[in-house]
Amino acid sequence: MTATSRTGMTIPLTRTDTSVLSRWWWTVDKWSLFLLCGLTGLGLLMTSAASPAVAERLGLPPMHFVMRQALFVPPALLILFMTSMLSPRQVRRAAIVVFMLSVALLILTLFGGTEIKGARRWLSIGGTSLQVSEFVKPAFAVTAAWMFAARRMGEDIPGNIIATALLFVVLSLLLAQPDVGQTVVVVAVWFSQLFLAGLPMLWVALLVLVGVGGLATAYFVFPHVASRVDRFLNPQSGDTFQVDRALEAFMNGGLFGTGPGAGTVKAHLPDAHADFVFAVLGEEFGMFACLLLVAVFGAIVARGFIRALQDSDMFILLATTGLLVQFALQALINMASAVNLMPPKGMTLPFVSYGGSSILAIAFGMGMMLALTRRRPGEQT
Amino acid sequence: MIGKIRSFRSNHRRTHANPTRRRPCVPSKMLPADGPAREAIETGRTRLLITGAVIWAAFGCIGLRLVDLSLLHPAEEPSHAAVSERIETERADILDRNGVILATGLATASLYANPRRVIDPDEAGRQLASVLPNADATELAKRMRLDRTFVWLHRKLTPRQQWQILRLGIPGLDFQREEARAYPVGHPLAHVLGYVDIDNHGIAGVEKSFDDRLRGDREPLSLTIDVRLQHVMHAALSDAMKEFSAMGASGVILDIKTGEVLSLVSLPDFDPYRAGSADEEQLRNRATLDVYELGSAFKVFTTATALDTGVVAIDGGYDATKPIKIARYTIRDYHAKGRWLSVPEIFMYSSNIGSAKMAMDFGTEAQRDYLSRFGLLEQSPIELPEVGAPITPDIWRPVNTMTISFGHGIAVSPLQMASAVAAILNDGVYLAPTLVKREAGSPKPAGRRVVSRKTSDEMRRLMRLVVEQGTGKKADAEGYLVGGKTGTAEKQSGGSYARKKLISSFVGAFPMNAPRYLVLAVLDEPKGTKKTYNYATGGWVAAPVIKQVVERMGPVVGIAPVDPASPNLQAEMAVNVTSEGHTLASF
Repeated sequence: MTATSRTGMTIPLTRTDTSVLSRWWWTVDKWSLFLLCGLTGLGLLMTSAASPAVAERLGLPPMHFVMRQALFVPPALLILFMTSMLSPRQVRRAAIVVFMLSVALLILTLFGGTEIKGARRWLSIGGTSLQVSEFVKPAFAVTAAWMFAARRMGEDIPGNIIATALLFVVLSLLLAQPDVGQTVVVVAVWFSQLFLAGLPMLWVALLVLVGVGGLATAYFVFPHVASRVDRFLNPQSGDTFQVDRALEAFMNGGLFGTGPGAGTVKAHLPDAHADFVFAVLGEEFGMFACLLLVAVFGAIVARGFIRALQDSDMFILLATTGLLVQFALQALINMASAVNLMPPKGMTLPFVSYGGSSILAIAFGMGMMLALTRRRPGEQT
Repeated sequence: MIGKIRSFRSNHRRTHANPTRRRPCVPSKMLPADGPAREAIETGRTRLLITGAVIWAAFGCIGLRLVDLSLLHPAEEPSHAAVSERIETERADILDRNGVILATGLATASLYANPRRVIDPDEAGRQLASVLPNADATELAKRMRLDRTFVWLHRKLTPRQQWQILRLGIPGLDFQREEARAYPVGHPLAHVLGYVDIDNHGIAGVEKSFDDRLRGDREPLSLTIDVRLQHVMHAALSDAMKEFSAMGASGVILDIKTGEVLSLVSLPDFDPYRAGSADEEQLRNRATLDVYELGSAFKVFTTATALDTGVVAIDGGYDATKPIKIARYTIRDYHAKGRWLSVPEIFMYSSNIGSAKMAMDFGTEAQRDYLSRFGLLEQSPIELPEVGAPITPDIWRPVNTMTISFGHGIAVSPLQMASAVAAILNDGVYLAPTLVKREAGSPKPAGRRVVSRKTSDEMRRLMRLVVEQGTGKKADAEGYLVGGKTGTAEKQSGGSYARKKLISSFVGAFPMNAPRYLVLAVLDEPKGTKKTYNYATGGWVAAPVIKQVVERMGPVVGIAPVDPASPNLQAEMAVNVTSEGHTLASF
């Protein structure tokens, strides 16, 4: 990169530079790249702040989760950079490979997965456990985008039908675990792409109704969903311990927070380092830090969308949107749960929450997003 | 970048300007670069903007919520505060007749836990036990393991204890503000005021009888008690109890003119803060709950009845040469004179024979009637929960009439005794004893006449005579014109009377030219000392208490000593002791 920055004194020269790194550096969205790296750094910081208390409660060495997270960050960054160097065609191929692999592993999870609290979501491979559902989301986003784009651009394949069929495959595998949260994310990705692909507004309205119906069904089919919704709507109906504690954390933190490490909420919340990391941020670093984090997520989404708007390729438009909707929705669900704007739903905060599968998968997804939003001279309108 | 967006927007507008191209979902086999493909991209871009707007709105909501939580809520109490467990602990103050605070509330903190939030109950219990006295670590841990959201751990901490607990920093614990009842006077008023339970509900004494009033009204409750007189009586009784190794004592001071109880003491007493660890002997109010055969003090009633019914005049008398034998009893005199005795002599020498003969003269019906008038046959109407009922004979035979004439075979509470004697000295008008101060301007309590003015006047002279020349000389506080009557009764034990176990009392009043204050002292099982020649009778052990109390309270209540030898007073107190017209008071 230093080599390119030396030549980067004049832009036209670099455009003609043939080295891969140079081409990448001058075409990738450096703002997004910078913000994503910043998020990863914040993730390490927050893991160090929140996880020792959790580790201690589980009888593990205090730095257990910090060490593990530190172990996952270099490969995640590597995946982010490597993937972002791919061409759109390579991105598509990589996504399809990962998608097929993920579906296979999801099937395997259903039969050989570890059951935790009544759900089979984790697959044990060589001593490490893998949450396959994390990987299926970005892979599905790109694969479905390819199908929708093909159909939309008049290619002679039933793209919409294939994409929807793939959705149902993923859907049934996720609901079988069951994992309602991931299901919602995947459906939202699919829907946003279908929406962008020109779905008539009548159908949009109809599908929104179906979606609402689906959520209602989830309420009646899955007792744990019903229980969480009930407690959200009527806090008196059950134990709202986690949410109460999270809210207290934000109130306690105030504008500037109690200071790094000085928070108490992490001592009470079982998932302080993952699902409720936002509350730890709120308590120890305060409201302004939280607003900054929200702005960072918003900025990444905005940067990606702006890049996508400038592209005339349907596939890139849909794939970028799908990946960013997934990214934004995860962040939204995690943060909204922590501030009690919705029933609590276990969802990792991209790059910030502790979790190996999560950070590797999101790095893959954002790597693809960066790759797709790179400027391609000659292809732009 | 901005330029690019603008160019997109202009494209977008152009697209919509052409209505014929608005069928985005219609597929066509061949797509010219500038035809439906471009249109599809434009639609996608428009909808991407919508999607972006929705996502940004959602991020905006989270931002607003964060501002809401951090800025608008921080001062709020945590929503989980155990409101339902809040206890109303405030009570009105109790004051004495001069506004001295006898009972008040102090703000304290009580410790509770939300067990669901206590991380390590065992460790928390250990830490708390190191700070709280008498706390058991395992018991505390057990409470903190209950599946509830609220358990009390320790009520009413001292500020120091609260500080120590705060320093421990145990999560899941919190404090609740409560009022703790404080009794600044302590022991001397323990029986009158009573005490409250942990939730500040009155469960004894005035705290119980006025519980609703004290909890419902913030206005302080003023009692008739004068805390200075309470101390005087408490000190004098305590000294006597110690000196004569008595097992108990009680004392009453009444305002004869109003029926107000100025002092009410029962010994042994207790620490009102530790009522729970006091034993039954300490908790019992001997002045109102206990009933005693008070012995010769009852001759006040016998003599008053005889004079009032007119069976004998003050210059009359009876033959007291021989003991009376009735049924299996023999009635004899303690200070036997073995001769005919005048009524004043019978009274001042406390002759059982003479009193019994008086009683036989006016008869059982009159005795019952008068005792009832004096309020001795029913519970005292005092505003305390601890009031004993008198013990009277089931069947009132002549022998009962005789023994009751000198205070045996009937048991009344010391307060009943005090009120009855006060009635005789209040020009013969009975006033119900009360602990609640009358509000200024409210009408004087209506009493009921029990004996005539003349009887009252004769009784006041006779009672002065007892102190001047009879059995109660040790009660004579100089210059205060004390009058009264001694009482010594053998305690009943297992159906017979025990010679060594006495109830020794003295019911006194002063100044006897115009009786204003009644002072009663009762000692339970006093033992004689060398100084008293081993006597433990009322005249030897209780009369000195009266003297001490009168001497100390005189200046407090504003009564100046007078010269008893002054001719005016001599005339006011004159009594013909012998039927021959001998005027003893002129000696």
